[in-house]
Amino acid sequence: MSDVRAEAIELRDAVVLYGAHPALTGASVRIGRGEIVLVEGANGSGKSTLLRACAGLKPLVRGEGRVLGFDLRHERAEVRRRTALLAHRDGLWADLTALENVQVWARLAGAAPDEAAAALGRMGIAGPLASRRVGSMSAGQKRRCALACVVVRRAEVWLLDEPHSALDAQGRDDLDALLVAARAAGATVVVASHDTERVAAFADRRIVLSGGRVA
Amino acid sequence: MTEPLATARTIAAKDLAVERRSRVVANQVLPFAGLVMVMFAFALDDDAIASRVAGGLVWLAALLALLVTVQRSFAVDAADGALEAIRAAGADMRGVFLGKVAALAVQLLVLEAVLVAAAIVLYRVSVRDPLLLVAVLVAATAGLAAVGCIYGGVVAGAGGRETLLPLLLMPVAAPVLIGATRATESAFASGGATPAEGWPWVGLLAAFAAVFLVAGAMSFAALVEE
Repeated sequence: MSDVRAEAIELRDAVVLYGAHPALTGASVRIGRGEIVLVEGANGSGKSTLLRACAGLKPLVRGEGRVLGFDLRHERAEVRRRTALLAHRDGLWADLTALENVQVWARLAGAAPDEAAAALGRMGIAGPLASRRVGSMSAGQKRRCALACVVVRRAEVWLLDEPHSALDAQGRDDLDALLVAARAAGATVVVASHDTERVAAFADRRIVLSGGRVA
Repeated sequence: MTEPLATARTIAAKDLAVERRSRVVANQVLPFAGLVMVMFAFALDDDAIASRVAGGLVWLAALLALLVTVQRSFAVDAADGALEAIRAAGADMRGVFLGKVAALAVQLLVLEAVLVAAAIVLYRVSVRDPLLLVAVLVAATAGLAAVGCIYGGVVAGAGGRETLLPLLLMPVAAPVLIGATRATESAFASGGATPAEGWPWVGLLAAFAAVFLVAGAMSFAALVEE
């Protein structure tokens, strides 16, 4: 069980390497539970690395970090089970249909089978489109599928890297509504985005990264 | 995330569904393995020699097919970042490993059944001990699938993985190739071998499979970690 009194995310002087290059150079961040936080910064400022570190994918080489009270050095498995990361790549299998893709994640998360179709429906993919192979879908449709995979995971912390990319206007509106609903349901949402005005409209606050630190 | 066996079932079903849709193993790997058998039949052009080496050629073709199938299995996962997404989701990596081994083993078994049939037709061998042959196929396939998935995981994120995999996998799979060949020769009773001589080799193959299944399940998470 996660510590309900703990912050959702707490990094102190975190240093994270991307290859041999330090992508986070002493970042300190506190994000409370149930917040939507916009992470902004120029290319190479460390936004993606911050999300990957918070997801337990990138190890901290210096500093301290906790997610939902779990130590990012020693309890990464616990962190991963409670977070959902949407990276630049969609993480889908091109030969499977949209529904089959989301069903894989539903099964891995222990969710009921019908939750997969419901999650796709929330992202505007239903009917024949849900039965279409992902490999034949547009980039925006794939992004919707990837977001449905995040939804079906029922994670406590959502870490989204440029989630609006490739989405059309309706898809962007659907996503914004989804994130607001996730916050209302108690999830913490961290969004790294260059589409700052859009996310700032519903975010509780923003974090600006520069040179791997919080500016 | 769910327990290892449930994860293994999900991953195995996913890998087999990908193959059902893409039919890469059925339409490309299987004909490739069949061609290897046909080419050797032409090259040897001698019934006595052909029947003597039939067991070895079955497993050589299976090993070549294994390389392509493992490569494909991990390439599908790595193509759009799905393997990383599985790691990020905190899935039980023991289950992921066992699921991938199970799916790979099913595909290899189908392939090997065709290769044995090809050996019977092309090299004029007959199966003297069907039970021994089935035991060899199961034990050797489990071992090959396990080492295949271990090294497939090791090279999944590496540059030059297409050439790295054979380099790493072939030496480790050599004991399976030797043991399976000897046991298959016994099942075929070719080269003066008797079926009774095959069972100790099956024991060795089973031990090899058990060691690599356990080692793979315990180490897979670390092997695919960044």
